[in-house]
Amino acid sequence: MVRVLGNFDVAEEVVQDSLVAALERWPEQGIPDNPGAWLMTTARRRAIDILRRDRRYAEKVALLERSTLGSDPAETDDRLRLIFTCCHPALAQEAQVALTLRAVAGFTTQEIAAAFLVTETTMAQRIVRAKRKIVAANIPYRVPEGAELPARVDAVLAVLYLMFNEGYLSLGAVAGMRRDLADDALWLASLVSRLMPNQPEALGLMALMKLHLARSRARFDAAGEMVLLPDQDRSLWDHAAIADAIALLGRAAAMSATGPYQLQAAIAAVHAEARSWDETDWQQIVALYDALLRLVDTPVVRLNRAVAVARLSGPEMALGEVNDLALALGGYHLFHATRAELLDELGEKALAREARLRALELCQNPAERALLLRKLSG
Amino acid sequence: MKYVLLFGGTMEGVEALEGDARKEAMADYEKSGAWFAKYSQAGKILGGHELQGPSTATTVSRQNGKVTVTDGPFIESKEVIGGYAEIEVADLDEALEMAKEWPGTVEIRPIVDHSQDQQRAMES
Repeated sequence: MVRVLGNFDVAEEVVQDSLVAALERWPEQGIPDNPGAWLMTTARRRAIDILRRDRRYAEKVALLERSTLGSDPAETDDRLRLIFTCCHPALAQEAQVALTLRAVAGFTTQEIAAAFLVTETTMAQRIVRAKRKIVAANIPYRVPEGAELPARVDAVLAVLYLMFNEGYLSLGAVAGMRRDLADDALWLASLVSRLMPNQPEALGLMALMKLHLARSRARFDAAGEMVLLPDQDRSLWDHAAIADAIALLGRAAAMSATGPYQLQAAIAAVHAEARSWDETDWQQIVALYDALLRLVDTPVVRLNRAVAVARLSGPEMALGEVNDLALALGGYHLFHATRAELLDELGEKALAREARLRALELCQNPAERALLLRKLSG
Repeated sequence: MKYVLLFGGTMEGVEALEGDARKEAMADYEKSGAWFAKYSQAGKILGGHELQGPSTATTVSRQNGKVTVTDGPFIESKEVIGGYAEIEVADLDEALEMAKEWPGTVEIRPIVDHSQDQQRAMES
């Protein structure tokens, strides 16, 4: 009974219908064995919501979490169950993201709508539809086991990474709200890796997010313009956070099960440890991309690898590799932006301009558009 | 919890296939038979059938009160429903586990439970 009531607030959001039945039994069977625990949970969540608005809330939330999480194994189980239910593959991924933010991270529907630039009505419908499906199709409220687990953990991590990117990529342009999204994704990743300490990819994702966020202060200049990695002021990076992330990667590596998030984090770590763009260990980065390609061979990974190849073996070779991706990535602005950079280096100014114009046509993100426009006029 | 699994694809046209494609289709057909045997024995399957191909289908439709009979299935799509099974399992995850073992596409639909209707009608 305590376990059921322990997640009442959350259940209200996700498994409403089935939990109402449990609540109906409450008057018959009396007040739960431990009503205090239930009140504590509710109070703690309220506190987290309030702290969320604080600038330094991340550290405080971490403290709060550390002091209470794990003391009650039943509650730990509930949180995990909830995350896996919200990220069930039978739900559309956009609904998985919305549900996770609503039920696990405590966002309001209005906040989620603002973060994804849709109306509150649209977002409310998306959430209601997902909740209805959970009840109607009887999506179980449990942590998957055995052979099922790896794919389901991947699904959870994919949702968190999507959430993170949604917040991180739009930093600057529509700051505030969307910054929260990246921070919350990190918070959720840390929650998952604490609840499932034997999942190296959860640690890898957490490290990856931390490494990106550690560089966030250098990503925009005083005028609010986007600054790319080669031109960033590295003294603005959060070197303590970088060290934290590298320690996390070490813990993940000790489990001897490499995965895409660990490899991407390792690439980010090599960048983070380099004193400058020119002093980056490109050989190491290309080797890490090769390892990543063996696990996930996608055109985007190949495109990123080509950027490193340009530094290691020259722009001509890299351009050849990028051009091979034209069919797959013709509609992706960063494909054209990368070509433009390489063509510039090769002195092909006219072709570079053409590629940059194409990138601009395809690009939606205001900060990236501004950067492309600056390069076109410069 | 009861669900109906709708299986995509039929054996219609399998004679026209050649070489490996045909062998593969026949192997899948055998696997689907084994699937039915396995889960019937486990008591998960309440009923179900393989259906004859879409060329044998007839559709009766009603528009503005007028009933029309036409040749062919009513869903116009590349995928055709080739069979179904009604199953009784704990939850969607168990249904998914079964569906993943089926050698082809499966749509899982929870059924609407009308079993309490009569009782409710009597009580009211």
